[in-house]
Amino acid sequence: MKILVAVKRVVDYNVKVRVKSDGSDVDIANVKMSMNPFDEIAVEEAVRLKEAGKATEIVAVSLGVKQCEETLRTALAMGADRAIHVETDAVLQPLAVAKLLKALVDKEQAQLIILGKQAIDDDANQTGQMLAALMNAPQGTFASKVEIAGEKVSVTREIDGGLETVSLSLPAVITTDLRLNEPRYVKLPNIMAAKKKPLDKISPADLGVDPAPRLKVLKVSEPITRSAGIKVSSVAELVAKLKNEAKVI
Amino acid sequence: MTYRAPIAEIRFVLNELAGLSEVAALPGNEEVNPELVDAILEEAAKLAENVIAPLNKVGDQHGNQLNNHVVTTAPGFKGAYQQFAENGWMSLRLPTEFGGQAMPALVAMATDEMWCASNVAFSLCPLLTLGAFEAIAHHASGEIKATYLTKMATGEWTGTMNLTEPQAGSDLAQVRSKAVPVGDGTYKISGQKIFITWGEHDMVENIVHLVLARLPDAPAGVKGISLFVVPKFLVNADGSLGARNDVKCVSLEHKLGIHGSPTCVMSYGDNGGAIGYLVGEAHRGLSYMFTMMNAARLGVGVEGMAIAERAYQQAVAYAKDRVQSRELGSDNAAPAAIIKHPDIRRMLMTMKAQIEAQRALTYYTGAALDKAGSHPDTTERAKHQAVVNFLIPIVKGWNTEQVNEITSLGVQIHGGMGFIEETGAAQYLRDARITAIYEGTTGIQALDLIGRKTAAERGMTAKALLSEVEATAGKLKTAGLAEIGDALNAALVHARASTDYVVSQFSEQPRDVAAGSVPFLKLMGIVLGGWQLGRAALVAKQKLANADSDADFYEAKLITARFFATHLLPQTGGLAAAILNGAESVLALPEAAF
Repeated sequence: MKILVAVKRVVDYNVKVRVKSDGSDVDIANVKMSMNPFDEIAVEEAVRLKEAGKATEIVAVSLGVKQCEETLRTALAMGADRAIHVETDAVLQPLAVAKLLKALVDKEQAQLIILGKQAIDDDANQTGQMLAALMNAPQGTFASKVEIAGEKVSVTREIDGGLETVSLSLPAVITTDLRLNEPRYVKLPNIMAAKKKPLDKISPADLGVDPAPRLKVLKVSEPITRSAGIKVSSVAELVAKLKNEAKVI
Repeated sequence: MTYRAPIAEIRFVLNELAGLSEVAALPGNEEVNPELVDAILEEAAKLAENVIAPLNKVGDQHGNQLNNHVVTTAPGFKGAYQQFAENGWMSLRLPTEFGGQAMPALVAMATDEMWCASNVAFSLCPLLTLGAFEAIAHHASGEIKATYLTKMATGEWTGTMNLTEPQAGSDLAQVRSKAVPVGDGTYKISGQKIFITWGEHDMVENIVHLVLARLPDAPAGVKGISLFVVPKFLVNADGSLGARNDVKCVSLEHKLGIHGSPTCVMSYGDNGGAIGYLVGEAHRGLSYMFTMMNAARLGVGVEGMAIAERAYQQAVAYAKDRVQSRELGSDNAAPAAIIKHPDIRRMLMTMKAQIEAQRALTYYTGAALDKAGSHPDTTERAKHQAVVNFLIPIVKGWNTEQVNEITSLGVQIHGGMGFIEETGAAQYLRDARITAIYEGTTGIQALDLIGRKTAAERGMTAKALLSEVEATAGKLKTAGLAEIGDALNAALVHARASTDYVVSQFSEQPRDVAAGSVPFLKLMGIVLGGWQLGRAALVAKQKLANADSDADFYEAKLITARFFATHLLPQTGGLAAAILNGAESVLALPEAAF
């Protein structure tokens, strides 16, 4: 079974993100970038499936600017067999990414597609679902446990108030939640070996997809800073403030 | 407080100041490039930050327990060590023939900085293994190499260096441990060794001890000492472990710091003699050890700088968090974070500027070590070796002297809380204290610097380096950074006068020159550190001309270099005064008057 894993290059989770002064976007110039943490979990799950003898090949895919190559090298060092970089400087929105991935799935004939449930930059949480729809394939989102059994994959999902287990026919799309696994620390020899693994480059045009944005970003702004609290001297004062100032009762 | 590996700083020094590209161009380094090094730094940082750093305090609090000659390490150490070894970090710079990755010393220095800063006590175990590995790799027979090196490269076995005895510390000529030939090519080793770092522990199945001892026919003094491999468990012909050797840990030292690292008293031959194997030729043990010394001393220099970095990170976090007193000169009467107070800023800048200068000078030395080892041109190799030889006592001595000041400032910034162990600031101060002592005290480094490294070669390397400082000062002035350039030029006057004094007086007045040797070492550290920050400022100035560059990062480089120029470079005047005119008063007081 061939697994396709999608990895996104995002602002590192340790970085305090700043909004550009013109409010058009967040500022990513000279900011540390790394693999989206949910995608790390996706790669880890694919590698575990391969180590368990359930998968034969892992193809890591990243879409975007040239530096996505570094993110793909990380995936290769973690255990992916080869990588495909769909290189473009265009702004990529979830639908475009889903269409590009769909084209790659067709090309590669992958049976299982694993993605992070969302990327920590835009938190869209759409790509996996859109991809499943475009493929007309079943989806197991927010996975906390994945088990392959023959031509089916059983996915335990984290839902409100508990866990739900679904059984999907292959090919299928899985998106990972935080508790699915804990990604490994990469071994030094694997970092060296990753340099020698194949990394193919293609363009959106090669896949016959127009990645132009369908949504328009109007404004990006920082969350309103929380103002300091105050002490009230009586319940009456509290109720008055809730009524007149906060206007919540 | 967690540790965050300063990857941006390390990358800047590697690429812009130490010359990673030149090192990558050396034969044998074909695989090295900035992207690979970045990947190595990122992964090492993850392990250091998430696995090794959290054990720093645990090691300090628990220490090691000795029961019936068995040493139990602090909780978590064994698992972290196994992860470190399994992930291949032990092998980073080791030769490929024993399973290593053969990365340059410069790259290894960057990961070493992370291991040391995250947990210096832990880092000593791989450091000692590396020293033992290199001693065997360079000097032992093919059979010994085949038996031990692959297992040491994987980290499955660790190594130790057994030099010191109660009566033989800095003066190893006094070594008394004995080695008696058995007749089958092996030797029976007996004697007591002290201060043996990671001499016994529970993290691996076998420990490979390198032991200095005297053969029965050995001449007295330094020329009669031989080096032996003494494994904890004998190794069978098929590589499996055999009988327990006659060596054991009889005591653990109670130390000021590095509690996580077991410092052992080792007893050899209590039951007839430990089986040992001669490394290289008889009576040459000490000269073999000396070939290891450069690397070991450089390694301790890295420790000093790394602990300083950790202390600095914690001090910055506390200074931003701790609110106390209103800001001087502000209309706001509310108490402010103490980082707003000028004296806290002065302390933080004193820490930061010295750490950055030390990192740059240390990595510069690491790059020179690589070039000295594998530059295709013999003249170039010799030139870089001379630079390495000159800089090592400075990097070792200056970094480790200053880490005492820097970690002390870290405590000071914490105020009363710094004196309380729970904050962790005090641990850095305690852990750092040994670095100016082991692998040759600052006094020993300074003697090496004035004698072998300066006077013996008529100050040739010193003067060549000072000429480079002068060239950098000139460029700084041209680039509109005259404040830094002028300060460097002023410091150069003191450095040159002091160098001339050392060269001209050493053979006639060795005691006078020695009385000023540590001030001379510090003076050189400050001038050469200031030079490196001057180079950093030139790079920053150039980068800032490009609108896409990280302006905050490079502006900070300019400010840090200016701080060093105005606060630290002027200290050279006082040091030069002590060097040139201070010897008499050091030595005048009769012994009886002390």
